[in-house]
Amino acid sequence: MSEHSTYQPGNGAEKWLDDRLPAVRFAKEHLMDFPTPKNLNYWWTFGAILVMCLVIQIVTGVVLAMHYTPQVDLAFDSVEHIRRNVNGGRVIQAVHSVGASMFFAAIYVHIFRGLYFGSYKAPREVLWMIGVLIFVTLMATAFMGYVLPWGQMSFWGATVITNIFSAIPIVGDPLLQLIRGGFAVDNATLNRFFSLHYLLPFIIAALVVLHIWALHVPGNNNPTGVEVKSSRDTVAFHPYYTMKDLFAAVVFLIPFAWFAFFAPDILGHPDNYIQANSQVTPAHIVPEWYLLPFYTILRAIDFNVLFINSKLGGVIAMFGSMIVLLILPWLDRSPVRSGNFRPMFRWFYWLFVINFIALGYLGAQPAEGIYVLIAKLCVAYYFAYFLVILPVLSRIEMPRPLPASISESVLGKAHS
Amino acid sequence: MATQIEHQQTRRDFLYVATGAVGAVGVAAAAWPLINQLNPDASTLALATIEFSLDGIEEGQSVTILWRGLPVFVRHRTPEEIEAARSVSLAELKDPQTDEERTKEGHEEWLVMIANCTHLGCVPVGESGDFNGWFCPCHGSHYDTAGRVRRGPAPANLVVPPYEFLSDSLIQIG
Repeated sequence: MSEHSTYQPGNGAEKWLDDRLPAVRFAKEHLMDFPTPKNLNYWWTFGAILVMCLVIQIVTGVVLAMHYTPQVDLAFDSVEHIRRNVNGGRVIQAVHSVGASMFFAAIYVHIFRGLYFGSYKAPREVLWMIGVLIFVTLMATAFMGYVLPWGQMSFWGATVITNIFSAIPIVGDPLLQLIRGGFAVDNATLNRFFSLHYLLPFIIAALVVLHIWALHVPGNNNPTGVEVKSSRDTVAFHPYYTMKDLFAAVVFLIPFAWFAFFAPDILGHPDNYIQANSQVTPAHIVPEWYLLPFYTILRAIDFNVLFINSKLGGVIAMFGSMIVLLILPWLDRSPVRSGNFRPMFRWFYWLFVINFIALGYLGAQPAEGIYVLIAKLCVAYYFAYFLVILPVLSRIEMPRPLPASISESVLGKAHS
Repeated sequence: MATQIEHQQTRRDFLYVATGAVGAVGVAAAAWPLINQLNPDASTLALATIEFSLDGIEEGQSVTILWRGLPVFVRHRTPEEIEAARSVSLAELKDPQTDEERTKEGHEEWLVMIANCTHLGCVPVGESGDFNGWFCPCHGSHYDTAGRVRRGPAPANLVVPPYEFLSDSLIQIG
């Protein structure tokens, strides 16, 4: 994309540096002059919001690690110590725990934006797949972070989730002991989760760099789904989108601040303020809200399928729900990207959104009665959407006519 | 001439593959200790065998003890519970096992089981569920009075750990 650069080293020192390490040139090309479609709406601001979330989590997390103790007898108290004694600890800890929820809220918006506007389609498959990897790594990071306060939900969440690996045939039990470092979740588990919880955000940061790199090769998708055809279709990233992203980030920080300052525990679970006890399971184990849809998929399979027992079946379904995201670019073959021009797709898409919210709701309900049946139907729709509906739609749907260019779609509205 | 070039390429390829193979073995050998350190350590393994006295557990009473960090149910069953467990036909069971297979001969009133649901490891609640045995609140698995799974996502019966009666009132687990 160097042909878009207008960078001219200003003085001798800049010229000297540019010949040796063209970092300023790189920043100017990718963070300032980068040609960006001029019709991006506010759904496109969540990429920048997510970068902000990652920075907030890393900064607050590094600070919390200065006061936290990863030891089973001390961990619970050390978190309370942070909240009560450490200067400003109440707010820093609240920003970190609320920050996890806000991070997921933003990433779900970002993913569903990609699903609606077909951002996963060629030539952005690798961009999309790196995004799925970031999402899965983020879930692992959040899960391990939730274990650290060592409350009842921390402990039993860790027990339930690590037990998932025991479903794997033959190697399951040795693998489970390897992951836990014991026969049950214990001090060894807490220690390694702390270590990995510190590591993974930096892995995510590296994946984000690859994600943005993969974005800057084809450039942004846009609400029409029509590729950029000339410089008339684009504006420079700075100041047009830096300002738009900044404004969106400020708006995003309003609910963030409200949660952090006024209701830091409202997204958590009261049981996690009881210290971990390996002999008593809370009456009702639920993961944090952002993992609920996948939790529902995990427990919806309560029947054996051929030689696959119900437990392994649930694990396959849960991982399968992420793998279908990974191969989505090859399931939806419709050449039209944007849902705005796909009359049939839109209905199934919005049903998918409602279905996903329903999966989340069901994950918080007890696994009994009518909920069990509804959960199975919702899981069936989740998979049908990717494996049946999208492939079939790409064959039978008649899309609406596309605008000739981004510029036409923007100006055409104003003129008519 | 052509054969000579081919010959030289083969020799060089062999060296590449051989070097790569030695390198891969070296990396694997260096990686193994870094993975193996994750396994249960010596202090965890040292707690593998415990003795437990059954004195004082009345009929109809259960206690939960710890073995290798895992909770273990020890239940003194009532005659009705044993009767209920034995009257079930094996065809109804998801993981067919007779009541006799889950207890020690001559000590049928004692049921010793690891107290983690075989689904995802929660501790089931005693004397509840649709079969008056155990009910796991996490994902809704029901167990009967012999700890056998009857309904829900759990794939297997509650696990009976290796144990033996040292005397009528003393068991050794592990």
